[in-house]
Amino acid sequence: MINETHEAHQARQKMRRSIPGTSLFDGDLASKGFELNAMCFSFNDEANRKAFASDEAAYMDKFNLTPAQRKAVEDRNVLAMIEAGGNIYYLAKLAGIYGLNVQDVGALQTGMSVDDFKAMLLAQAVDKKGMA
Amino acid sequence: MARITGGYFTSHVPAIGGAIVRGDQQDPYWKPFFDGFPPIREWMGKQKPDVAVVFYNDHGLNFFLDKMPTFAVGAAAEYQNADEGWGLPVYKPFAGHPALSWHVIDELVSSEFDITMCQKMLVDHALSIPFELAWPDADAWPVKLVPIAINTVQYPLPSPKRVLALGRAVNRALRSWQGDEKIVVVGTGGLSHQLDGERAGFINPEYDKFCLDNLAADPDALTVHSVEQVAELSGTQGVEILNWIAARGALGDISLQEVTRNYHIPISNTAAASLVLEPA
Repeated sequence: MINETHEAHQARQKMRRSIPGTSLFDGDLASKGFELNAMCFSFNDEANRKAFASDEAAYMDKFNLTPAQRKAVEDRNVLAMIEAGGNIYYLAKLAGIYGLNVQDVGALQTGMSVDDFKAMLLAQAVDKKGMA
Repeated sequence: MARITGGYFTSHVPAIGGAIVRGDQQDPYWKPFFDGFPPIREWMGKQKPDVAVVFYNDHGLNFFLDKMPTFAVGAAAEYQNADEGWGLPVYKPFAGHPALSWHVIDELVSSEFDITMCQKMLVDHALSIPFELAWPDADAWPVKLVPIAINTVQYPLPSPKRVLALGRAVNRALRSWQGDEKIVVVGTGGLSHQLDGERAGFINPEYDKFCLDNLAADPDALTVHSVEQVAELSGTQGVEILNWIAARGALGDISLQEVTRNYHIPISNTAAASLVLEPA
């Protein structure tokens, strides 16, 4: 944005981070999360998924995960993975190894049971489907 | 002269692939979504396009964060699908159309879009699922592919305004192509959904309706929001609407009519829609 003032740019940056319950995956998070996302990207390969499943610690060593990333993975804590720079498009591949789908992952992040999370999704249909 | 027969838009969740493999199309959970597709198949059967120009986003199959192009155009003779990390069945390969791809690339760079050109590119469920839905029984895909990937993963993302302009530049390329192919434009992704964070599960039918209602007649209405505002309105993965906006631009500034529209909540975590537009 050529005509944008420095203040407007800062306001836009701040707005970018102010969506409740949401962190947009920007350069700061991408830098922070590089190793974790690189490990998740490797899971496109079945042999790598098996290697991770058979020895998680050794596999994480190969990717030089930060202590916060390691702990988040060990704890299966998706919000902590995101806080540590994980990107959901890549984290989904890790979730797949655990046998979790996106609704399971949604439940983990919102603190709901999977059934409650699914019910919440359906409720949005019941309440608002007529909108579109 | 090449002719643009219309635009086909659909959501592209991986779980749709699972439902197809299991044959769950008539299952009560899936039926309202799959019911959107018989009219689309019928339309494709009548139009018989030769080429599909597809705007989609990669889900960490071809592109990693070490090199993330904002816009990438494929120029390969063939595109392979591959394991995306879930061990799901891999879909049929896609025949490319390198000559048309390079023509599109020429036009885009002439229009000052600094794209990434890819002679090799793996394509993921964002392409395979829409093709499976449109041509479920095909032994080979009946169209050649020109894939255009838009970054919806790593900020800064392109704005709605920019992707509409990108699509319009693609339209200029298609209209100046000297071949006699029939071309269908495809936009895949969304609609509103969010997979990550405490707001996971967010869906916004009001914004989805705004997009569906304006896409044909007034696509510029969708450019009033910054992409950060789209994320707020539509969820972090709802920004995949960028693919729809770009595809709309590629249809050109002509009068369009809706052939069919379907909207259903939820499929997996997503507000799902399918839509066909054709010249009025």
